Amino acid sequence: MITFDFSKLWDIPVINRQIGLESFDAIRLISWNDFYINVTIFNSWLVIALITLISWLATRNLSTQKQVSKWQTALEALVLWLQQEANETSGSRTNQYLGMAMGLFCFILVCNLLTFIPWFRPPTASISTTMALAAIVFLAIPYFSIKNAGIKGYLKKFIDPIPLMLPMNVFSEFFSVFAMGLRLFGNMLSGVMFASILSAFVPFVAPLTMQTLGLLTGSIQAYIFALLAVVYSSSVKEEIVPEIIKT
Amino acid sequence: MDSYAIIGAISVLGACLCMGIGSLGSALGEGNAASAALTAMAQQPDEASRIRSTMFVSLAMLETTALYSLLIAFLALYANPFWNYAITQ
Repeated sequence: MITFDFSKLWDIPVINRQIGLESFDAIRLISWNDFYINVTIFNSWLVIALITLISWLATRNLSTQKQVSKWQTALEALVLWLQQEANETSGSRTNQYLGMAMGLFCFILVCNLLTFIPWFRPPTASISTTMALAAIVFLAIPYFSIKNAGIKGYLKKFIDPIPLMLPMNVFSEFFSVFAMGLRLFGNMLSGVMFASILSAFVPFVAPLTMQTLGLLTGSIQAYIFALLAVVYSSSVKEEIVPEIIKT
Repeated sequence: MDSYAIIGAISVLGACLCMGIGSLGSALGEGNAASAALTAMAQQPDEASRIRSTMFVSLAMLETTALYSLLIAFLALYANPFWNYAITQ
């Protein structure tokens, strides 16, 4: 017995003053016995569909001629910008991380920027989404480390200065990624809470300023999440011998 | 005072103190980092883009401590585990 309840999707959370930590995940849209789909999952599907649609439309007519479509120019500029930023923060050979970083960046950016629609509850303001994104990075760190420096080079990171530091290094491996997810969650949640609390006092113009600030912090958070994913993934590299010593 | 009033009052007070004291160090640290980055950018304008990207990353790192206290404040206000204990009593 599948039941649909889309009426709550069109409530404006700010006006109804649904303030609370759990209210985002508790709104069930489609429920089938014990299985249900809440607003967070529904909205992340919407975002994924939007990104897929735009990317498909943009990459439909790729060309290397002089006539290049506007969409292709825009996407190329985005990719080149992220590549340049990644190169500046973590040295050369960052192209291998670019797929992961671009995916994280686009998803978080679209989620955060769509908050300017009053009905849209950003999926990144739910801790389950951000922790899932952080889990991707957590799995990507050993993958890229082992790929670049071998399993010996990866394990060497844990006893880096002295073997006594082993528990500290293991903890920092966990908590650096955990803090990434928590940071995104805290930033987005505080933006949503700011707007809703402020609109309880001044309903008309004042929340607009906080939401504009939320767009800025949202884009910076997307940039930082992608960049930190690159930084952590490239923390173990194979040791590059300088040219002068080699010859 | 019954346990409801005590838990409610302490929660609100704790959340306010947590936010106020917790954000203090983070704000000072971010101010230091931003001022150092601005000085470096003024001295070496050629390296401004690299300094800026590093500054954003480090600002986000510094902000984390304030966000931890924000989450603790939210926990104390909206998801206080002691409310359920007081209700079942």
